[in-house]
Amino acid sequence: MGMLESFTNVRKGPKIRTKLSGIEKKEARWGLLFLSPWIIGFIAFYFLPMIASFGFSLYDFNPAVPDQATFIGFENWRRALFEDEEVKLSFIRIFQFGAISLPITLVFSLFVAVLMNSKHVIGKNLFRTLFYMPVMIPLVATVLIWNGALNEQTGWINILIQKFTGIQAVGTEGLRWLADPDLVYYAYTMFGFWGIGNAMIIFLAGLQGVPTEIYEAAEIDGANWFTKLFRITLPMITPVIFYQLVLNVIYTLQYFLAPFVLNQNFSSGYPDGKTRFIMVYFYKQAFAFFNMGYGATLAWLLFIVALIVTIVLFGTARYWVYYAAEER
Amino acid sequence: MVTIQRTKKQVVLPKKARDGATSVGITGLAIAVLVIFLVPMVYGVVTSLKTDGQFSQVAAPWYPASERQFLYEGKSYDMYQVPIDGELRELALIKKGRESSTFVDPQNAAAGPFEWEGRWRTLERSWETDPQWGNFIKAWDTINFPLLLRNTLMYAVITTFGAVLSASLVAYGFARFRIPGKNILFMIMLSTVILPNAVTLIPTYFVYLKLGWVGTWLPLIVPAFFSWGTNVFLMRQFFLSIPRELDEAAMLDGAGPFRIFTSVILPQSVPALTAVALFHFFWSWNDFFGPLIYLAGNPDKYPITVGLTAFNTLYSQSINLIQAASLVSAVIPVLVFFFAQRVFMQGVTFTGVEK
Repeated sequence: MGMLESFTNVRKGPKIRTKLSGIEKKEARWGLLFLSPWIIGFIAFYFLPMIASFGFSLYDFNPAVPDQATFIGFENWRRALFEDEEVKLSFIRIFQFGAISLPITLVFSLFVAVLMNSKHVIGKNLFRTLFYMPVMIPLVATVLIWNGALNEQTGWINILIQKFTGIQAVGTEGLRWLADPDLVYYAYTMFGFWGIGNAMIIFLAGLQGVPTEIYEAAEIDGANWFTKLFRITLPMITPVIFYQLVLNVIYTLQYFLAPFVLNQNFSSGYPDGKTRFIMVYFYKQAFAFFNMGYGATLAWLLFIVALIVTIVLFGTARYWVYYAAEER
Repeated sequence: MVTIQRTKKQVVLPKKARDGATSVGITGLAIAVLVIFLVPMVYGVVTSLKTDGQFSQVAAPWYPASERQFLYEGKSYDMYQVPIDGELRELALIKKGRESSTFVDPQNAAAGPFEWEGRWRTLERSWETDPQWGNFIKAWDTINFPLLLRNTLMYAVITTFGAVLSASLVAYGFARFRIPGKNILFMIMLSTVILPNAVTLIPTYFVYLKLGWVGTWLPLIVPAFFSWGTNVFLMRQFFLSIPRELDEAAMLDGAGPFRIFTSVILPQSVPALTAVALFHFFWSWNDFFGPLIYLAGNPDKYPITVGLTAFNTLYSQSINLIQAASLVSAVIPVLVFFFAQRVFMQGVTFTGVEK
């Protein structure tokens, strides 16, 4: 059972509270002993910090002068929600970026997985390895390599586009991937291409899990390749697609690295403020200005938004995600 | 619903030939996609070997090259591509003139200098392949790679040990013991996977600051020993597939729960342990945000990712050095991956869909 199904199908145990026998008590004690690293870690690194984080959001607080922390109630929240336009904008930006990057990345990784699943590809293992390999390159290095390849003057991507399509791509009149506010989200999407490996492997496993009898039945009915793909393969792997979607959405909401690595002044959001995403703004408030009270407010807002998005996604799941498990 | 189509193939080829043609076509498509996919990497390798001067020259070739020189009578002269009798010849420019200049042919220097009618300024330079392997040494030294490597390796190895140890203990608890409320605990553990780390960051940062841990590796290392959701999940799934009869047999021999864990469960789980170890190793090699925050202003402790970022800020004009440094930072994880890819990819599958 994959992680996603565990997310969605909690096995409901009987709700009768019975007294544990001596042996059962002993077993439970041993079990808790083994769980203790996680329980302690959960309390110390998740539960208490989350509560404390909310507490911090009610203070004006700078760790350099902790004595001067003042309780200000919901002032930070009021500022974040109603006064500070940048909060709203940085959320809008990350959603705009996600609306571009998530579909492209998902379709691309699915396309590569379908290709790798084809019985017609010779030397599949080598292909798989090479498509996966860039995942291993640290993301900072990936961003720097792509940044060079996308350079408007000397980058190969523009040179190749110009060579093969004849579009004026090179130079200041060309495709300025990282300087043009309309193109920068596409450039950032491309940075993510080298990370498709995990999605590819998971999709591939999903594709291989589709029972061959269904294809055979469809072939007898005369289904062609496209019909099989859209009527059988994709519906059958919707659970895997959903799993990838949820993880990618949560990951994208926290996007931070590329603007930080590429812009000398990370909070400039170059170009045109377009890359001042919520995590960038959070970092600026919390770790550049050390406005930790306000930073905690932004972090909680991000958490609430992530939660809402996740709930909405799970809410849509029953309309399009196929669970064979329900028939059990 | 599957639409029924009974269009017979127009040209009937033998099945084998048809399959062969499809294989060639689809493999060709796969090669094309792969080539586009890896173009930036080739760009990175080629660029890392270029000379500094190559970037400012519009007419410079795409491969690492330097402008060809020729030593003539003790002096070095620039070489140009000169059109003579309809063909381009590589000649050294000895004396520049307005409408005509003096050249010498390196192939036939004995023939001596001769005049060429035309403006030398319209000529293109002659280039020769000249990969600058020294760029890698330069990048290696400038970025102080041995230090970054030592830091990153230390971070990766210690936290990987902690992650594997704690995840296997916790997964054993989840897989083998009846504990009241276990399912709820398991759900809570899974939901931490989708929790944005920002929401816990500020209080933990503050506590580490009070403990004097900011500026050390401790805030990055200690949490790894308290197990992470994805690792526990992977390991638990694996433990569930180990037959309980093995536990029971050991129990009859008088083994306690801990003994069963070390002598039955762990030896059976080498693939899962390896997969978690690899995941964590690559994760820590790639980690950026944590080190950035906790090691700020402490370059002696930087891992590769943060060091590379600092390097990029300082040397943003040296395109070739940045590419060289980026490639160097990728060498070790890529090599490890090539040796361990099978186990690794099985692990990826296991978290995703595997039964």
